[in-house]
Amino acid sequence: MLRSDRRGRRRGGASRVGVAAVAWTALLATAACGGTTRDENAEPEDRGGPTGEADPDAPLRDDLVVAFLPKQVNNPYFTVADGGGETAVGEFGGEYKESGPTEASASSQVSHVNTLSQQGTDVIALAANDPNAVCGALDSARDAGARVVTFDSDTNPGCRDLFVNQATAEDIARTQVELIAEQIGGEGEVAILSATPNATNQNAWIALMEEELAAPEYADIELVTVAYGNDEDEKSFQETQGLLRSYPDLAGIISPTTVGLAAAARYLSGSEFQGEVALTGLGTPNQMREYVHDGTVESFALWDPAELGYLAAYAGAALASGQITGAEGETFTAGELGDYTIGADGVVVLGPPTVFEEGNVDDYDF
Amino acid sequence: MAHDSLYASPQRRPGAGRGRRRTAWVPRRWDAALVSALLLVVLGSALLVDGFATGRNAQFLLLDAVAIGLVALPMTLVVITGEIDLSVASTLGLCSAVMGQLWLSGWPLELVVVAAVALGAVLGAVNGVFVTAFGLPSLAVTIGTLAAYRGLAFVVLGDQAVADFPGDWTSAAVETAPGGALPWAMVGTALLAVAFGVVLHATPFGRELYAIGSNAEAARFSGIPVARRKFWLFVVCGAVSGLAGVYWTLRYASARADNGEGLELAVVAAVLLGGVSIFGGRGTLAGVCAGVLLLGVLRNALQLADVAADTLDIVTGSLLIVSVVVPNAVAMARARLARKDRHEGTHERKFG
Amino acid sequence: MTALRARRELGVLLALALLVAFTAADNSRFLSSQSIRDVLLSASILVVLAVGQTVVVVTRNIDLSVGSVLGLTAFATGKLFVAAPGTPLVVAVLAGVGLGALCGALNGALIAAARVPALVITLGTLYVLRGVDHSWASGEQINAADLPRSFLDFGTATVLGVPVLALVAAAVLLVVATWLGSYRVGRELYAIGSEPAAARLSGIPVGARVFLAFVVSGALAGLAGVLHAARYGTVDATVGSGMELQVVAAVVVGGVAIFGGSGTAYGAAIGALLLTTIGSSLAVLRVDPFWQQAAVGGLILAAIGLDRALAARTARRAAARSAADAAAGQDAGRRGEREATHGS
Repeated sequence: MLRSDRRGRRRGGASRVGVAAVAWTALLATAACGGTTRDENAEPEDRGGPTGEADPDAPLRDDLVVAFLPKQVNNPYFTVADGGGETAVGEFGGEYKESGPTEASASSQVSHVNTLSQQGTDVIALAANDPNAVCGALDSARDAGARVVTFDSDTNPGCRDLFVNQATAEDIARTQVELIAEQIGGEGEVAILSATPNATNQNAWIALMEEELAAPEYADIELVTVAYGNDEDEKSFQETQGLLRSYPDLAGIISPTTVGLAAAARYLSGSEFQGEVALTGLGTPNQMREYVHDGTVESFALWDPAELGYLAAYAGAALASGQITGAEGETFTAGELGDYTIGADGVVVLGPPTVFEEGNVDDYDF
Repeated sequence: MAHDSLYASPQRRPGAGRGRRRTAWVPRRWDAALVSALLLVVLGSALLVDGFATGRNAQFLLLDAVAIGLVALPMTLVVITGEIDLSVASTLGLCSAVMGQLWLSGWPLELVVVAAVALGAVLGAVNGVFVTAFGLPSLAVTIGTLAAYRGLAFVVLGDQAVADFPGDWTSAAVETAPGGALPWAMVGTALLAVAFGVVLHATPFGRELYAIGSNAEAARFSGIPVARRKFWLFVVCGAVSGLAGVYWTLRYASARADNGEGLELAVVAAVLLGGVSIFGGRGTLAGVCAGVLLLGVLRNALQLADVAADTLDIVTGSLLIVSVVVPNAVAMARARLARKDRHEGTHERKFG
Repeated sequence: MTALRARRELGVLLALALLVAFTAADNSRFLSSQSIRDVLLSASILVVLAVGQTVVVVTRNIDLSVGSVLGLTAFATGKLFVAAPGTPLVVAVLAGVGLGALCGALNGALIAAARVPALVITLGTLYVLRGVDHSWASGEQINAADLPRSFLDFGTATVLGVPVLALVAAAVLLVVATWLGSYRVGRELYAIGSEPAAARLSGIPVGARVFLAFVVSGALAGLAGVLHAARYGTVDATVGSGMELQVVAAVVVGGVAIFGGSGTAYGAAIGALLLTTIGSSLAVLRVDPFWQQAAVGGLILAAIGLDRALAARTARRAAARSAADAAAGQDAGRRGEREATHGS
């Protein structure tokens, strides 16, 4: 009884392996057959690659498919930025779509880039979670004819055509240092509350802020530590608590991330430190409005993410229409934002950040 | 510990007497059903979804499935013995981080790869020791090492991302066999899957694993070294996770401490969808391979069809629920029917 | 058995005391009233979740969907206030608890009626509910400005210096722990976790009780969602992601056996408090934040190892005692052995 049972099971096992083999073969056959058809009809048409000639007078094409790939979908900041992109695409008459991962991890964007390239997207506007992880996929997308514009967070310059920078890192660092120096009266201990430890843009800004603080006019300001709130609300909240407890003489906190700034403001507003410890950084008016009005935060800075997305869409369209190739010195017009010139390494800068305070915070809605 | 298997639902214990015979058809039917579902989804996507049936898309799809597919193989064996390993994704991350650190410090890459896989084996052995030598529940142990290994990965590599791996290695990770559809990495995974399949379904060792999962006590009495078998499964699971870490690092050309975060749930979902019983003792490798591919194909096809990422979560979760509810409901209905038949049979005899 | 359990909880409490003492020795500000308030506030949500999880785990089941339930109810609470700004606090809390209970009932019905493993079902609903949350929110974020002042005050208010959220958590703990420990239904949950077959034979409606346990866990996750919305004021679709593992860790550290039948809500609550305190004290001690997660992992391993060692020792003693009592009848010895096994 037992033996026959066992033999039966073994036979079942073998047949199951057989079934698996058939399944694999079928899948691969499907794929392989597809392979030949793709080569026949998916030849990317030549739209003037980076090596081609720029024709500044070429009209913007009105049949472009422009896809926005944020670090994470359902992230309010990127929802606004992508919304700006959608406005721009509406203006020049293309097709807009948004696609992206639900988690902001380095590798999760790769399959989305692959999908977009597979769909024959003309322009991919990407905010990269990691400068290298998406490179392979972007290369293959560009080989297939897509133009790649990064915004907010860049990849390695070799993997994209253009980077739309929200503001130069120097501008961002300088603005925040100026704001905190003004708020703490030019002397005291300050700390930085950052996002994740390996966020590219955060680390670049922090390095520049350190440089800025080394200048003689800030000699009395000491940067005591950098804490990481991982761009998670709760973690940022806890890290703020930790900072205030560890550094009793802390005069101010800079949080160059919207999540961190909002969490720190909420903690301060409900604690004994409200108004005592200065807080500034990068934040959105909608999130910070309350804390500006209740006196927790005097002023903070940010660019308009909608303008960022808007500019990225126009830059991508200019590339795909052959107006520009991404070389330094070329110029293009970005709708109502006006003319932009491409800088070194294919970087376009949106402009200096906007400072929000009691007087103007109610004028913005994002 | 009175029970070696995981969350035995209070209503039902696996392999209990006659119930096992009556439901023995379920896994066989389930993996066949899954393979058919896979073929249907592939065919449907090829017909309905623009850009699905191309070699390039197959390459993308299969590349995405490699890491989950690799880790699912040893996980299948572990779950069949009634244990679970939730630390696989953290093992992957720690091996990736160590790989980056060793590469930074100038080790030759060949050696780095070997070291990463060996480290994976050691991490798996730590799990194995806790589970078998100390007799602790694997669910709790591997939740602990899930946190510990991920934490260590950050300790090792911190906020860095090591990205300067040689180009011929990173491109080898995505290179395809002639034809442009089948990545070599998937060929390797498939070969490994065949090896695992043979071991599980065609060797005495494999049969022992089923015996352990069905009833560890009985297995022990019949002379199977239960603890030793489980220990080595954890070691293999760690080593393969380390290998997946190497693949991940090279494929994304970046060694980071957060690589593969959250992958453990995707792997467990694929294994369970593949028809492996969480109680142990039941399931086939073919079913798991079909499960991995089905999830991969669905993800790819839905993405191509511009279905939002959140819908994918709903689909994955629903499939998982269906994968246990449907076979169970069918089995229960069958059992009730059989009972009714028997009942009527005696009835007739009585009066006939 | 009770002595063992008390010792186990004392152990976690002792670890907590040592951690606090060590941190305070390094930085006396750690014991300031503001700082204690912060830790209590941070812990209260995890405590509520851990208490709910205990109810499920003692029946030899698990609920991995709590993080998603929390996220969904937190967002629903925010939406409720956006739609009807005048909603009274009580109504919001009841709505959150109700939604959570509904999610729990879904889990419970699938598990108890379709007789399928809890781990698989709740892993499935973890994905499904998160997906529902994401597609409902679709990029929308509820900000503090959208929530009424009174609701936000509820999140930060204190009574005699103790945060209201901590009082809510304490009340939940007290009610559930008493229910589990002293009422028949509660004791039946332990019986189910110890020996399901025996529980059924002795006439306990196993399916109904397991269903109830999941409803309780869901309802408490719903309550935690409301508390989360009140405390943080900012809610988007990612709230509570990954929280399930933290909750299970708290429960395990608190001495609730992962195979059911043993452990108390008090232990789980202390476990949650310990995990939260580790986070705060490492920040205060200025330990590289990267070590924090590794420390939590080590703590979990230590806690389950300790449980095992304690159980083994008690089992040896019980065996010795039963040998000595052999003359007094085998029955007593067998009981002692069984208790020792359940204590593990």
